[in-house]
Amino acid sequence: MNKEINLSCPVPHALDTTVTLAHGGGGRLMHQLIGKIFLSAFTDPALHEAHDGARLEPCPDKLAFTTDSFVVRPLFFPGGDIGSLSVHGTCNDLAMCGAQPLYLSCGFIIEEGLSLDALAAVAKSMARAAAEVGVRIVTGDTKVVERGKGDGLYLNTAGVGRILAPDPVSPERVRPGHLVVLSGDVGAHGAAILSVREGLKFDTALQSDAAHLWPAVRALLEADVDIRCLRDLTRGGLATAVNEIAQKSGCGISIDEAKVPIRPEVEGACEMFGLDPLYMACEGRLIAFVPPDHRERTLQALRSAGCEPAVIGAVSEKPAGEVRLQTRIGVERVLDMLSGEQLPRIC
Amino acid sequence: MCLGIPGKIARITAQGGGLPFGRIDFGGIFKDACLAYVPEAKVGDYVIIHAGFAISVLDEAEAAQTFKYLEELDQALAQGPR
Amino acid sequence: MKYLDEYRDRRAAERYARLLKSLAKHPWTVMEVCGGQTHSIVRFGIDRLLPPGLSLVHGPGCPVCVTPLELIDRAIAVSRRAEVVFCSFGDMLRVPGSRSSLLEARAQGADIRVVYSPLDAVAIAQELPDRQVVFFAVGFETTAPMTAMAAQQAKTLGLTNFSMLVAHVLVPPAMEAILSSPANKVQGFLAAGHVCTVAGFAEYQPLADKYRVPIVVTGFEPLDIFQGLVMLVRQLESGRCEVENQYARSARASGNRAAIALMREVFEPCARQWRGIGPIPLSGLRLRETYAALDAEQRFQVQGLVASEPKECLAGEVLQGLRKPHQCPAFGALCTPDHPLGAPMVSSEGACAAYHRYARDKQAA
Repeated sequence: MNKEINLSCPVPHALDTTVTLAHGGGGRLMHQLIGKIFLSAFTDPALHEAHDGARLEPCPDKLAFTTDSFVVRPLFFPGGDIGSLSVHGTCNDLAMCGAQPLYLSCGFIIEEGLSLDALAAVAKSMARAAAEVGVRIVTGDTKVVERGKGDGLYLNTAGVGRILAPDPVSPERVRPGHLVVLSGDVGAHGAAILSVREGLKFDTALQSDAAHLWPAVRALLEADVDIRCLRDLTRGGLATAVNEIAQKSGCGISIDEAKVPIRPEVEGACEMFGLDPLYMACEGRLIAFVPPDHRERTLQALRSAGCEPAVIGAVSEKPAGEVRLQTRIGVERVLDMLSGEQLPRIC
Repeated sequence: MCLGIPGKIARITAQGGGLPFGRIDFGGIFKDACLAYVPEAKVGDYVIIHAGFAISVLDEAEAAQTFKYLEELDQALAQGPR
Repeated sequence: MKYLDEYRDRRAAERYARLLKSLAKHPWTVMEVCGGQTHSIVRFGIDRLLPPGLSLVHGPGCPVCVTPLELIDRAIAVSRRAEVVFCSFGDMLRVPGSRSSLLEARAQGADIRVVYSPLDAVAIAQELPDRQVVFFAVGFETTAPMTAMAAQQAKTLGLTNFSMLVAHVLVPPAMEAILSSPANKVQGFLAAGHVCTVAGFAEYQPLADKYRVPIVVTGFEPLDIFQGLVMLVRQLESGRCEVENQYARSARASGNRAAIALMREVFEPCARQWRGIGPIPLSGLRLRETYAALDAEQRFQVQGLVASEPKECLAGEVLQGLRKPHQCPAFGALCTPDHPLGAPMVSSEGACAAYHRYARDKQAA
């Protein structure tokens, strides 16, 4: 099953339009690929030194370190692609620790047959997203797998950041009485993905809400907000994030559904397919847990960072570890974790 | 049963197979639906869409009736001998 | 969204709830037939605003839940064939068969695709002439006209690579089965608004007369459900048993003539097993002789199917309104949405799933 090209041939074949197994072989073709696609998009000097690892300056602050893999399908969606998603996602994880994103690594696992244009577009998109927040892509890796063994492209990004929050940002510091502040409307990412998903396509100007959260966190830190906990909303949406905090903190959390902002297009998409917006994925939204006397400070800081925040709930002692929702008609019920994936329903 | 939601007909087209289709506006998102079962529907009408088809044209007068009923009954009970 | 959000108005809902409390002088047991109504009731918490004497039981109006186990097993078997592209509505994917589910089959490599409309499946058949495209035709009268149109299109286009596994079920026979059961406690019905939009509600009057039960055709939003309940309770309190229409903005007594006509051209009533309940005469639809060439059951002869349900699953009692989900011993323990024993725990508008997601705090009576 050796599909590799014989690289000792005196006439190596020219760069094709798609990625082949040879591009992952470690030889000349791979170096051409890295040079043409990655080094042209990622211009960081540490990366261009092309050592096995990047050598970085020491940092006086505590560090935060995170990793994420991205397997999104389709690779390109309104408002982003797997590349920008990975940069936003990993930087946001660092921001949720109260850390300024400093360095990123990226590992590409490419399926044989992916178009080089698509790969180049992803790389450019990552470079753009990285520049938005000032994070440096300093090291990376490339592998190619056989056709059929990958979804076009899998990406892994790991990130290092310096913690600027004076106190630990963690669910353990959440207490009854704290407010739950949401940085903006929910579900746009999930709805944008739906709009291009085979079998469910619909037309919309809706774009993913994927964005950097570090500017919002930095604004909170600069305003001296007593940030107890932060969580970015990703898969599973708002309901999942709130449930995770409730479980880890051992507190109860209540959310007022009427206060959760949702764009009309997202509502329309959810109603059409029978999905609940509280579980729809977001990629550029956070919830912050703050003491009630920091309410105005928090809202102002988030607004100054371009957010449209809303206070959507509060923490209580009981029921421990559970989330309650006050529904649109004012009745209280449990808001659970999602089980499995939301599937579009007929009934 | 069945998930049926109201949308506004933004445009009517005929598509492959000779079936009439409409571009339906659901508050800013658009999806095409088959209008074969609502031959009387016009652009601007609201229709109930289920599984890619319009099943009825929404009667706007009747739509207000849920609120009128509430008012009338509330009044009747406030006045009546109960 | 217009014509949706207004019916979720909190103040109006509270006023309706107060009205209901003052009107209901006696205890009553009523059933909402449609799974979409169940979902709405539990999601918005409507049942928590009802007067204590008014008991709302959930009916078998979840076609995903009542599709016979044997048909699920057959669907899974057909989907596994290499030449088949199996098209289905999303909520069927997680329904447990005897040993597996469509979702599991997809994970193991079967080409199973979620479609939004049956016409999408016909389009796939046109795009892939070398594959056999099978559409899983599930749903009540609301959905049968869409399947009928797909069948007519396939026939007109002369497609030899399109077929349907038909599992459609009809509502009025199920209502009659519930009413005629000696264990029946239901005294009134909220009938399914979209089923009636398509099929009309002329055939409900004989049911109302025979069993002396009021029936109100009702929509799906909180204000629809409240108004429907108020209309029902007013009838019950004054001893009337008429058919009324709360959902007049969409449903009319004669239904949708064009849809009914095509349904009659393509389908005919047949016997059907309702999962968890048993056989109900003339409660299903099957393809007529003129469309029999599109029958996937005939085209793909599957042998050796042995359907078996876990004995702990009490779906049948739940579907007939004889037991509430949280009163089932397996609820939340052996049976959860992640590892369901039966269909009502899986379908998003199955009563058990709705209770598990929205009402797990209820104590078993």
